Order: sequence, then structure tokens, then C-alpha cells
Amino acid sequence: MNARDTILQRIRENQPAGAYPLPDLPSFPFDDGGDLVACFLRNLVAMGGHYYDGTINAAMAELFPDAAVIASTVPDFSGNRAITSGTEAGQLADVDVGITRASVGVAETGSVLLVDENLISNAVAYLAQHLIVLLDRASIVTTLQDAYRRPEFHQYRYASFHTGPSATADIEGVLIHGAQGVRSLTVLLT
Amino acid sequence: MKESHEQRRAKDGLPALLHEALGTPDDGGAKSGSGERLTHGEATSRPLQPPPPERQPRGAKVHHRRPVDHNEAAQRFIDAPRHEKMHDERLWDLRQKRDRQMHGIPEWETLRELASSIKQHTLAHLGDHLERFEAQASANGIHVHWAQDGAEHNRIVHGILSDHGARRLIKSKSMLTEETGFRHYMQGVGIEVIETDLGERIQQLDDEAPSHIVVPAVHKLRSDVAEVFARTLGTDPNNDDVHYLAEQQREKTRPLILGADAGMTGANFAVAETGTFVVCTNEGNADLSANVPPLHIASIGIEKLIPRIADLGVFIRLLSRSALGSPITQYTSHFRGPRHGGEMHVVLVDNGRSARLGEVDFWESLKCIRCGACMNTCPVYRRSGGLSYGATYSGPIGLILDPTFDRRRYSSLPFASTLNGSCTNVCPVKIDIHKQIFAWRKALAETHDIGLGKQALMKAAGAVLSHPKLYRAAIATADGALKVLPDFAVTNRLNTWTQGRDMPEPPRETFHQWYERTHGGEEGAQ
Repeated sequence: MNARDTILQRIRENQPAGAYPLPDLPSFPFDDGGDLVACFLRNLVAMGGHYYDGTINAAMAELFPDAAVIASTVPDFSGNRAITSGTEAGQLADVDVGITRASVGVAETGSVLLVDENLISNAVAYLAQHLIVLLDRASIVTTLQDAYRRPEFHQYRYASFHTGPSATADIEGVLIHGAQGVRSLTVLLT
Repeated sequence: MKESHEQRRAKDGLPALLHEALGTPDDGGAKSGSGERLTHGEATSRPLQPPPPERQPRGAKVHHRRPVDHNEAAQRFIDAPRHEKMHDERLWDLRQKRDRQMHGIPEWETLRELASSIKQHTLAHLGDHLERFEAQASANGIHVHWAQDGAEHNRIVHGILSDHGARRLIKSKSMLTEETGFRHYMQGVGIEVIETDLGERIQQLDDEAPSHIVVPAVHKLRSDVAEVFARTLGTDPNNDDVHYLAEQQREKTRPLILGADAGMTGANFAVAETGTFVVCTNEGNADLSANVPPLHIASIGIEKLIPRIADLGVFIRLLSRSALGSPITQYTSHFRGPRHGGEMHVVLVDNGRSARLGEVDFWESLKCIRCGACMNTCPVYRRSGGLSYGATYSGPIGLILDPTFDRRRYSSLPFASTLNGSCTNVCPVKIDIHKQIFAWRKALAETHDIGLGKQALMKAAGAVLSHPKLYRAAIATADGALKVLPDFAVTNRLNTWTQGRDMPEPPRETFHQWYERTHGGEEGAQ
């Protein structure tokens, strides 16, 4: 017998007897303090993210006036580094600012969901020094449980919740933004 | 007593420090745009003062075929007070952060119940769920492999890498690859492995195992890291600034990431419904490992299965809150198939899990989602350091997992516990950890895998613990004895855990005595 069949046979011999039914998943009430968007932004900031109140052009001019290499995956802003599904990750290594659009926001945690179709090349969201994420305020859901009822997880080959920037506190618990991935993440509501 | 209890909580509502000397106004950690100190991820809730350098205590000494001597290694950790206090403080702080998150979610206990039930269901039907995962993942274009043990896993991964002519592999942290001795194996076949998580990279460069399943270098001070980086990466040996050290690792690792032939990750969850696997990190290093090189290999223990995507709503809500007291990891990534032009492999690994599934007392340990909450709360772990266990898994969860890999070598570990039950109370999937620890003591005694001294203690303990009234009498007597016995009588040679420790001040009455007095409690009436 090959490894697969041996493992499966041993599992079936050893599985605990008993029904152990799969429970239904209830929805729990979520207290957003009366304002879902404000709740999302509060939690985004607590996780180290930024919020910019204005247009993408204004954000770029104010936050990243010196950015040399900009890779944009959204029609709202033209970057100067082309990005296609055939773009090799290495071609994105010197990107200063990446711009993309999220499909969902989660108020409970301040997370945004990035999917492969919007990222075009997944690596841009990690190799760029800074990331700007556009989010339709109507796409904000309450909890993670609500988010997981969305179709994205059945549609895309890659989907990732980003909650603030790349971070580490592995040395003495001192919090540092920009561990391996982006040094900052800024959300713009549209 | 009551007054000192209230002093534990400072004016700002945060718990007071365990070791006040570690307090400092600012640690230079990240702040929000409006200048507020941030505490997400594994950051401490209060700024801590860096302790002056002190020689780092090393882990348990490994003797071929001899049981690990946890007591000996723990004593050396305690003898390095700067390390011990920082370790104690940081882990207890993670526990406190976890409590604050828990209190913010009214349905917390219901979520734990759900998580436990979902895992019980999955394990009781694991064969079907694994076959479904395999079918879905294959349909999505993922190559699925099966490995019976660690050696087979390493050979399979080596084979995939060889097929692609891969010489350099970047990887994110995975406890499973620690189980399989993966880095050691790869070194032997000439493939370069680069760990990308900061803590895990520190441990790799220092040739040490991770001391904690979530924060691998938590036992090290910044001065230790500066020494390791100076020795291995050529950084300034006199600069132990944490920002400098982290930035140096970023800069030195990035070219290795960009030049890697393949990437490897573990997985926190694997979803049968869609063939998806999920990886959670704070640094984004798993996503770099998976998305930069053209080849992605994921090693997944067969117990990581869950049935439905919607189940993730329960587990992701619990995982990082339990682990670090942070609402979610910075990155929670769902891989359902290879990216355009890329190739993706999954290796499903048994390595003793299918056998454990058949053990009546221990199968529920397979519910574990590797959050480390039990470690953070454990008084023994906090003061002995993860490396003192001399095993892949340390802390309470390690005590019940390690003996399944090697009964004799890890026979002393189930005794590294006070059985206070705190591990069980914080476990997000409700594993009865402290009961399993005690069950392991009995199992090891029955097969004579423990020394005679421990067997004598076990017989006495077994007799007492199986009779509630005897137990209560013994507890009352024991506390009474603490009041009158000189230290040498309590700190006897049978009980090595009391060596180097002051005994606690005994309460004036036990909980049961208090309950009898105030509620007129009656045996069995509940």
C-alpha cells in the first residue's frame, strides 16, 4: 500500500467512535458603536494601519511626494511600473508604493481583503515599501464570520486579509512596522 | 492580601508589571499617526526596559537515549535572572492581553465550544475530510503528496526541489518542519534553507530550536540577538538597538528572498470544502515565501483540517487573540491554487497523528491550533524557558505531545507542571490539557518509563486524587504543613520543582473550607 492508503486506513481504524455532529454556525450581534465605518477605521489604526481622508492623487502628493517607483493595479491612479499577470516578482523589488483595491473590509479587526485578480501580481502587496488600499465603504462587513460568508473565498486562488502593515515584536516585544513586507498600509475609502 | 491584589492593576487599567524594575516610559516601539503607543502583534502592552547583557542560558543537554533532564536546564534558566524575568514578564503580558481581548467578545465561550466541536467532528471523520481536501485541492491544480513520517516528508520535499533544480529555499515558520528535522536534512543534501520570520531566523542563525511556537526567540534579550547577528550577519556588535537589528535582518534577507528558487510554508488550517489552506503571520514572510519564487510547497499536518470555509470565522477570531492578545494576525492568507505561471505542492504529514487518534485519553490533543496560550499562562514554562524541555513542543501542550513521539526520552516532561489547570482554561479549542498531563504521568508509570522516586509520588498522588474527600483533607494538611514546617522538610529531594523557589504563602483556609463556612456546601450537591 502507498503512504496515502496506509495513512487513511490507519485513520479510519483509529477515528473515535461517536456522532460528533458538525455544529451550525450562529451569527452573533456586533456592537459597532453606531457607526460601522468609524468602527472599521478605529480598529485599522489600532493594528498600525493609516486612514487617508481624500483622493488618491492627494494622498500620493501628501504622503509619498518622493516616491520614484509606483505600481498601481487600479484605474484610479497611473503608476510608472507596469504590472501584468506575467510580471515576475523580481521586477517589483524596487517598488516604493503599491496601490490596489480591496474587495471587503472587516470592522471587527480593521482588515481589508486583497484577492489575486485585483493584485494582478500577488508579490506587489509584500515587496512594495508602502501600500495604499482603496476600499468601497459599502463593502465593509461587521465580523470575520460575516466576511467568511462572502463568495471571494470560493472564487479566487489567493485571498489575503491585510490588517495594518507588516510587523514584528520578536525582539523584547518592541513593535516595529516593516518587518519583511510593507512598512505602511494606508486605506482610502471610496 | 486583598490590598496587594488590587495593586496588581495600575491606574491606566492595564495590569501592573510582574517585575517592576522592567518598567520604562518608552521603548521606541511603533506609534499611531496621532502618537499613541500601539500594542498589536506580540508587542508588550507596556514599554519594558532592556535588561543589561547577561550570558544566555542554553537549553536542555541532549544525551543519546537518555531522558531529557528538564529540571537541570530549568535551573540554569532561573540562574540567569535577567533572562528569566524578561521572559516571565513578556509571556504573562501576552496572557493579560489575551484576557482583554476575550472580555471584548461576549460570545467568547460559545466560540470556544464551537471550535472544540468542529475539531472533534473533523477528527472523528478525518478520513473523509482528508479525501475531500485532496480532491478539491487537486481539482484546483495543487499537487498533493502524503507522508507517513518526518523522513518521508523530507524525502518528498527534496524530490520536488530536485525536479526543479532548486538550490535555495525560503521558508516561513512551521512547527511541523521542526518535528521532521527538515533544516538538518536539507543541509545534508546541499540545499540552502533560509528562515524568513525574524524570530525563527535568529534561532536558525544561532543553531537553536524555537523556544516558543509563536514567538521563537522570546527567551533571548536584545544583547543576545546583537551577538548572534554580529557573528553571523556581520552587524555592529556594539549596536543592540532593536530597530537596527530588525532592519539589518530585513536588508540582509531580501536579496535571498528575491534569489530563491522555491518557497515553503506551513499551514494553520486546511479547508476540506474548497481545498484551501490558510497561513497566518505578522511579518508577511509567508506571503513572500509563497508569492515570490515560482514554486510553493506547503507542509501540513493531517490534524489541520476543518470542514468549511465558514468555520474559519470561528478559528481566526480565536487564534491571534489567544496567542498574542491581538485581534488578528497582520496577514491571514488563503491559498486555493497556484498563481498564474506558478506551481503549488501540498505535503500531508501523519508523523504519529493517526496513532494518537486511537488513544482514548489523548486524541483530543489533536484539536490543538498551536496558539501557545497554554505556554504563556504556565508558571513552569514562564520561568524555565522553552528550550529547557529539550523537545519540539514545550510548555503544557508539549508535555502531552512530546511523549507521543518518544515515551522514554520525554518521560520526565509530564512532571513539569503544577496541574493548576490554567492551560485548560485558556485553550481556545478546550483541550483538557492538565488532565492529559496527569493521564500521561499514570501511563508512563504503568509502563515503568519514569524513575522510582516519581513512581512513589505517583502512587500517593493517585490514591489521593481519586478520592475527593481524601484530596481535600490532604490539601488542608499540606497548607497547614507549610505554615509550620521548615523549608528543608518541604523542599525535599523527591520534589525537585521546589528547589530554588520560595513556597507560596499558604491561604488561611482552602476554597472548600471557605465554601463550607459561607455556603454550607454539601458533598455532591451542585
